Amino acid sequence: MRLDDLTTNNGEWMRGSGPESDIVISSRVRMARNLADFPFISRTTVQDRERIESILHERVALITSENELLYLDLSKLEKVDRQLLVERHLISREHAEAQGARSVAIDGSEKFSLMINEEDHLRIQVMQSGLDLDGVWEQINRIDDLIEEKVTYAFHERLGYLTACPTNVGTGMRVSVMLHLPALVITRQIDKVFRSLQKISLAVRGLYGEGSQAMGDFYQISNQMTLGLTESELIRRVSDIVPMIIDYERQARDFLVKESHENLHDRVSRAYGILRTAQTISSEETMHLLSSVRMGVNLGLINDLNIPAINQLFIRTQPAHLQKLTGSDMDTSDRNIERARFLRRYLNKENGSHGAAEHN
Amino acid sequence: MKCQNCDKPATFHITELTDGKPQELHLCEDHARQYLTESSGEPTPASGMAALAQQIAIGQTAEDLAQLDQQACPVCGITFFEFRSQGRLGCPHDYVCFQKQLEPLIVNIHGESEHVGKRPSRPAGGSEHRTQLIRLRRELKEAVDEERYERASQLHDEIQRIESEES
Repeated sequence: MRLDDLTTNNGEWMRGSGPESDIVISSRVRMARNLADFPFISRTTVQDRERIESILHERVALITSENELLYLDLSKLEKVDRQLLVERHLISREHAEAQGARSVAIDGSEKFSLMINEEDHLRIQVMQSGLDLDGVWEQINRIDDLIEEKVTYAFHERLGYLTACPTNVGTGMRVSVMLHLPALVITRQIDKVFRSLQKISLAVRGLYGEGSQAMGDFYQISNQMTLGLTESELIRRVSDIVPMIIDYERQARDFLVKESHENLHDRVSRAYGILRTAQTISSEETMHLLSSVRMGVNLGLINDLNIPAINQLFIRTQPAHLQKLTGSDMDTSDRNIERARFLRRYLNKENGSHGAAEHN
Repeated sequence: MKCQNCDKPATFHITELTDGKPQELHLCEDHARQYLTESSGEPTPASGMAALAQQIAIGQTAEDLAQLDQQACPVCGITFFEFRSQGRLGCPHDYVCFQKQLEPLIVNIHGESEHVGKRPSRPAGGSEHRTQLIRLRRELKEAVDEERYERASQLHDEIQRIESEES
């Protein structure tokens, strides 16, 4: 697998399958680990980082024999390629923008990503389409064990795994589920949901993590604390609450279908219409409209598109993806024209059974 | 609905989470674009932790704080002031040498102070033992910079010895 294959591949988390995949986009767990015999990243020398990179690289290369591994040296990648990886959730924005020796190993199906020299020496991430946190936990736990066979992680008897930031100490584990909640946004109930989540120490973030807006009505729910609970308890905390939010979203959708069917149908149809005909369109507007279309497909208001195809559009209309597809460096206004052209082509020519087959 | 910043129709409805509190914004396309490019440029990741770390200063007298700020980790050399301003620690040993200051911060974040989850399968004492290497490598670099080659050679041997113990 090469990096350029990513632009046309369907990554794991936008596959649009798995339990509850009309509302749950993906389940993800990440673990933060550090080698005991090196300083945390902010105090490392250039040589330290190179050594950490080579030690972990060697170790990581041995763990995924069953799958082809794409190993990328981020310090040698172009900005657009690093951005592409951020858009696909394979590296963090911080990792993309950092300096010095750093890398990422990704498996062929884009389920695993192992970031070396991110905020911590190693960040292991496993993602899966739909709601399946137990499955994800099982996989990440196995990877963590395999790496730990050969390296000594920084560990404290009482505090657990030690991390550069005290917010991750203990398990070093962040469990998150990405949800699509357009009906809760339309019915203005989303704030109420957030407030109750905060009361039970769960964090809510947008599509691209910390500091990102809730674009396209996507929300990530994750655990705030990492210490004082076992990994299974942390998984349960998040997985217990998700069915309730799914239920609220379904109720809100039912309400919209029953109480304001014309408005809802109008909203969805207009969104679809704009996406199929616009001549220039920003990324934000695209996300906003795709969100309505996605809900429209789920509610049977649009019948010639499927969820995997729409999930694809959310990613492929992002700036770096567009740039990779056209192969040229574009400014914002050129990109907006190109985005509109891409959407028209995708939605007008390739809808119906033909499109569904091609993008499944 | 009108844009909250001008008379154009609001086509963007943004729910922004600041400090965990959702805030609704209704903006026209131009103002939305301006807003979104402005807010995405902020260096957000460290800020939450830095804000928490700043709380350590609350309730301290100026002298106490100045003294505390100067304390440095014997292993990695980070001062408490550096941690407080960046929100990131310098090495695993910081959790030991700044324990007194970090404890209330950790309880504040997690509501707990003891790890009950997974443990490495290898002996736990090994981790602290390996941390020594951070200090030794730093001393080696200093010795070389100061052209104290005899000391550098001693340190080099010691590092080799500890490194080979594991593999």
